[in-house]
Amino acid sequence: MKLNGAQILVNSLKSEGVKYIFGYPGGAVLHIYDALNACDEIEHILVRHEQGAAHAADGYTRASGKCGVTLVTSGPGITNAITGIATAYMDSIPMIIISGQVPSALIGNDAFQEVDAVGITRSCVKHNFLIKNINQIVNTIKKAFHIATTGRPGPVLIDIPKDITIATVEPKPYPNSVKMRSYQVPSRADSAKINAAADLISLAKCPIVYSGGGCIIGNADQELRAFTRQLGFPITQTLMGLGAYPATDKQSLGMLGMHGTYEANMAMHDADCVIAAGVRFDDRVTANVDKFCPNAKIIHIDIDPSSISKNVAVDIAIVGDVKLVLSDLIVKMKTKFIQDISLWWSQIDQWRSVNSLAYKTKLGVIKPQTVIETLYEVTKGNAIVTSDVGQHQMWAAQYYQFDEPRRWINSGGLGTMGFGLPAAMGAKLAKPELNVACVTGEGSIQMMTQELSTMLQYATPVKIVNLNNGYLGMVRQWQEFFYEKRYSMSYMDALPNFVKLAESYGHIGIKVEKEQDLKPALIEAFKQKDRTVFLDILIDPTENVFPMIPAGAGHHEMLLAGRDEMASMNDDGLNLV
Amino acid sequence: MRYIISILLENEAGALSRVAGLFSARGFNIESLTVVATNDSTLSRMTIVTIADDGIIEKIVKQLNKLIDVIKVTDLTATEYIERELLLVKVNVNQQTQIDIDKQIDAFSCKLIDVSEDIYTIELAGKSKKINDFLANLDASKILDVSRTGVTGICMKNRNLTKGV
Repeated sequence: MKLNGAQILVNSLKSEGVKYIFGYPGGAVLHIYDALNACDEIEHILVRHEQGAAHAADGYTRASGKCGVTLVTSGPGITNAITGIATAYMDSIPMIIISGQVPSALIGNDAFQEVDAVGITRSCVKHNFLIKNINQIVNTIKKAFHIATTGRPGPVLIDIPKDITIATVEPKPYPNSVKMRSYQVPSRADSAKINAAADLISLAKCPIVYSGGGCIIGNADQELRAFTRQLGFPITQTLMGLGAYPATDKQSLGMLGMHGTYEANMAMHDADCVIAAGVRFDDRVTANVDKFCPNAKIIHIDIDPSSISKNVAVDIAIVGDVKLVLSDLIVKMKTKFIQDISLWWSQIDQWRSVNSLAYKTKLGVIKPQTVIETLYEVTKGNAIVTSDVGQHQMWAAQYYQFDEPRRWINSGGLGTMGFGLPAAMGAKLAKPELNVACVTGEGSIQMMTQELSTMLQYATPVKIVNLNNGYLGMVRQWQEFFYEKRYSMSYMDALPNFVKLAESYGHIGIKVEKEQDLKPALIEAFKQKDRTVFLDILIDPTENVFPMIPAGAGHHEMLLAGRDEMASMNDDGLNLV
Repeated sequence: MRYIISILLENEAGALSRVAGLFSARGFNIESLTVVATNDSTLSRMTIVTIADDGIIEKIVKQLNKLIDVIKVTDLTATEYIERELLLVKVNVNQQTQIDIDKQIDAFSCKLIDVSEDIYTIELAGKSKKINDFLANLDASKILDVSRTGVTGICMKNRNLTKGV
C-alpha cells in the first residue's frame, strides 16, 4: 500500500522509538499533523511558542539521554525555534528538528511563510538536510538521528517541503543502520596516548581532574567516579558537568570558573597535572587564558578533535569517547605507581577552610542561597533542577549539591533566558517519577510564561522557584561592580502578580515574603504532587554572586564575599562579556 | 603564511556554503577558492588559499574535518605539491606597446588566444606568483579586464586525495 511522505516520516520517527514530539502546527506541516493524528505511539506536545518546543525537547533529551524531537512549520515556525536550536547546539545536545517548507516549486519565490531554513540554521546545527524527493525521507531521518546522537552530539534539522509530504510512494523498510563515508565517529583512543597520559598521571604531585558536560552526554559518570576514586585525586566540575561526580563526595572541590569555589580555582592554578575530561576550556572556566594553569601539564580527553587546543594548548590530546578513554585509563593506572599527594590535599583543605560559599544572613530578608539550600533539603537532593540564566542559575549550581548526572539542566553555552520552564516540562515528561524544580528569576521566567498553559494541558507538574529580586540581577551585579552603580535598564518595574498569573493558568501560586515561610512553602509545593506550583519568593535585591573571578583575571585572583564586596576590572576585562 | 588546503567533499547542494560559512563565522580568511566535481560526480574537490598563522591553520583543518559533508582535508603546503592558477587578461595594444607586450608574452610563455583590432586576450597558467609577476610587468593602464581562476593544487608522487574514496 502506498503511503504519503508525511506517513513515511511519522513511521520513521516511530521506528526510531520517538515517544514525544514537541511542536506547533502550521500550513506547511498540515499533512504531517494529519499523519500524527493517526499515530498512537507518539504523543505530540502542543507548546505555545516554537522556542518552547525546542527547549522542551532539549530538556527531555538532557533528562533522559534520548534524542528529543521538535516539529515546526515553515517561516516563523522555524525562526522562532532558532534560539532553542542554538541553545542545544552550544551545549552539544542531540535533537531532531523537523521544519515544514513551502512546496518545492515555490522555494526561492518569497512564498508565504517561506524562509531558507537550511541557510538560517546552518551555523547553529551539527548538520541539516533539505529533502528533495520522497524516496530520501527514510534515509535522511536515519542519517539525522545517527549524526545527532553520535560523536559530539548536536541538533540536526530536516527541512521538508509540503509537496513531499503529500506525494505517495510504496514505502521502503526503515534502515537498521547508515553508512556515511564523510562521517566517522572516534571511539577508542590510540593506546600510545593512553600510555603517555598514564605516565604523566603517575608523576603528578598536584593533580586535579577537571570534568565537564561531555561526561554526562557521554554517559561516563561511572567511569569518571571509578577513575577519580582509584587515584584519590581532587576533582572539579564545570557548570555543565555537575552531577557526573557526586558533589557531596570528599574528593569533590565543587564547580570551577567565574563563580566556582575558591578551592577549585586555586587548585587549578597550582596544579601540576590537569586531567580534562569532556570539557572545552570555555572562557567562563579558564578565566584569563594567559594565567590559566601556569604550572600544569594538561591531558585533554575529548571526542571532538576541534575542541583540542582550541582555547588552551594541551600537552596530551586524547581524541575518543570519554567513557572508553576513562575505562582504558582505569585499567592502565592499575599497573602504575602514583605519587603521595597528601601534601597537596592539605593545601586544598586550607583553601577549603576559606569557605568561599559562606554568606551573611540578614534578619527578615530571604537570601537566595538559603532558598536553594532549602530546596535541596526539601527535595533531599533528588530533584531534577532546571534553571534559566543569571544570578539564580549560579546560586542553583553553587548551593544545590548534585550527586547524580542528568539532574542539573541549564543553558551553559548560549546562556538562554527562558530555557528553564520549557526544559522543566520536557524533563518531567522524561522522568515523571522525579521531582522537577525550575529555578528562575522574574526576568527569565517572563520570556516563557506562556508554557504554563502547555504544562496544564499535558499535566507536567513542576515547581517553579522564582528568585524575585526585581532586578535583572546579573546585569545589576556587573553594573554595580564595573559601571559605578549606573543601573541602566536592569530594574524591572511593573512586574505581574505571579500568584494570580499561575492561578490564571490553572496552577497554584504562592508568594513568599518572610524567611520563616520559605521552608513550609517549599514543603507544601512538593506535597502537591500533581500540580504545578509557582513560588514567587522575594529575595534580597542587593545580593551578589560570590565568589567571582572578574573578567580578565586569573583563577588565583578571585573575589570573595565579605572580603571583596566591590570588584574592579581592567580595560581588557571590560572588553569581555 | 600562505596555505593551500585541499578538501574532498560530497557533491551536494549547500556543501560550498557550509565551507564558506565556516570561514566567515570563525573569522578565517579566504584568498581564493575553487570548487568543481571530480571524475566521480558524487565528489567535489575544493582548493582554498588562506593566509594564517600555524595555530589558525590547525583550527581551520579541524573545523573543516568536523563538517559532515567533508570527506578529507589536506594542507597541500605541508606536502610536496604542485599548484596552478589560470589567468585570462585582456590588454590594449598599439604600435608603441606591442613589442613590449609580445616580449612579456614570450618571457612568461603565455598563450595569445585572441587578437581583435587593438585587443589581445592572453592566457597564462602557472603558480600564483608567476601570474602576479606577469600582471605587474604589464602597463596597468593598458589592462582592460582580468579574470583569475584561483589556485588549484595536487600532491606529488603517491599521495592522493580522491583515490579509494
